[in-house]
Amino acid sequence: MDETRMLTGTASRIQANTDKRRAQWNKTVLIVACLLPGFVLLTTFLLIPIAQAMYYSTYNWNGLGPLDNFIGLDNYRRAFSEPVFRGAIKHSFIIMGLSLLIQLPLAMTLALILVRGQLRFQRFFRTIFFLPYVFSEIVAAYIWLYVYNPRGGLLNRFLEIFNPAYAGTAWLTDLDTVLVAIFVVLTWKFFGFHMLLYMAGLQNISREVEDSARVAGANEYQVLRFVTLPMMRDTIALTVFLSILGSFQQFIVVWILTGGGPAFRSELIVTYLYKFGIQRMQLGYGSALAVILFAMTLLFSIGYQRLVLHRTMAD
Amino acid sequence: MTSISAPKMTFSRFLMYLFVIVVALLMFSPVVVVILGSIRTTGEFMSNPVALPKTGIKWENYTDILTKPEFWRSVGNSLRITLTTTFLVILAAAPLAAIFARVSFKGRSVLFNILSIGLLFPLVVAILPVFLQIRNLNLINSFWGVILPLVTFSLPGSTVILIGFFRAIPAELEDASYIDGCTTFGFFRHVLFPLARPAIAAIATLTVVNAWNEYFLSLVVLGDSKKWPLTLGIMQFQGQYGTEWARVMAYITLLIIPAVIFYLLAERYIVTGLTGGELKG
Repeated sequence: MDETRMLTGTASRIQANTDKRRAQWNKTVLIVACLLPGFVLLTTFLLIPIAQAMYYSTYNWNGLGPLDNFIGLDNYRRAFSEPVFRGAIKHSFIIMGLSLLIQLPLAMTLALILVRGQLRFQRFFRTIFFLPYVFSEIVAAYIWLYVYNPRGGLLNRFLEIFNPAYAGTAWLTDLDTVLVAIFVVLTWKFFGFHMLLYMAGLQNISREVEDSARVAGANEYQVLRFVTLPMMRDTIALTVFLSILGSFQQFIVVWILTGGGPAFRSELIVTYLYKFGIQRMQLGYGSALAVILFAMTLLFSIGYQRLVLHRTMAD
Repeated sequence: MTSISAPKMTFSRFLMYLFVIVVALLMFSPVVVVILGSIRTTGEFMSNPVALPKTGIKWENYTDILTKPEFWRSVGNSLRITLTTTFLVILAAAPLAAIFARVSFKGRSVLFNILSIGLLFPLVVAILPVFLQIRNLNLINSFWGVILPLVTFSLPGSTVILIGFFRAIPAELEDASYIDGCTTFGFFRHVLFPLARPAIAAIATLTVVNAWNEYFLSLVVLGDSKKWPLTLGIMQFQGQYGTEWARVMAYITLLIIPAVIFYLLAERYIVTGLTGGELKG
């Protein structure tokens, strides 16, 4: 009797073990099956290309012949000694500075007015401000190519209203105006996105906190400065982050409007990379430029997340 | 919101309206002028941009474009790239997000970090390395050379949006589904994915916008003008000598109209996707 009981006990234990093992096996299969498609893609089109770029960047290579002209870090030295590339970095920084000083405050002002000012037609205005974000960058670029056109473009025509003797400005070929002109287009295209994020942030702040500050005697400016904006800290930090990254990733608008000209005065990092790397098939040099862009993005992102967002990469 | 009665018209509110209206006018006047320009001739348009057509509406700008087979081929190419990309993004991102959100396993944080790298580098930044890889894989001039990188670079953002939604689904539902005899896969299929339908719609919508507007990758990968999407196709309608502005305006208008319609239809999903579901319509 005892033996039988022991036997059944062992049998059920074995059964339980195989069940457990099978469940474990099923779980592993599920995890692999779910992760595989995504990670095959990420490996093929993200990780391997980055690794390849690092490798190619140490060669002088036009993409056709064999990779046999190893030149070490010369491509990197060349990049940093190239005035056009340094100019491109400088222009990207200028776009970044203008975005932080003008574009984001404009987005915040409009978000505050729409959400806190309780305007009618809030949704209508939101749609108008946000729509350019949904347009293709091609659409934005061609619309503004016309607006800036020196012969009969909308901007010069508009300025003629105030000054009939106005001779007109060639906004996109004038060395002094070209970068600002491009910045205006980028603002037109992107500020609605930041406004949307601010509107979402504002809706999450309870009005009671603001009201109690008012009851305590704070005026509207103080409420904004000491209550509303501090509570929007996370959203603001996020938009600053996205805005800075975005400034270094512009291509299409600039490419259509100026192609980086006149005289490289509106060259940005990515237009430079496209022109000197891909168009001229200097693939070794272009790879070095890509690695520099990667490194800048990565260092900035990690630094910003640690210092400002107080988040680590995982979660 | 509801606790406060309709606000009175004060001077500061008047200023707010004024500011918002001026900004709205400045923003939208170029669009209106472009649309008006598309039904006039280039000459009329350049001599006086803000006017209604004097010599009758010029539909020629549109018929010129709409009767060209190149245009419809571009429409077909854009649709093909957009729909395939969106389908594949959903197919790859939903299981990925489900695993990251609900299953703990070894190597999770390493894999999540890889995914995060993709968040940092949009396609624009990686364009040259991606171009070289597409060349190595012999995908130059192939739609897959555009679609697969587009899917890859849409994955991280889409996955992160979905993870947020999947995490919000209560663990009790998961336990209940196991008690009912579901496997983890069954739980994904019958509980998680159906409940997350709005979030999946949100990532689908954002991917559609992104893929439809894509330009750079096609410029680099698709040399053959027969394969060009609408964004590149505009080059075929600019005119050989000097810009045919009126026709360009018509082309632009043809791109704007579907974008506006799509936005108005999908606004809820676009706004949800971008703000993580925080902004109410």
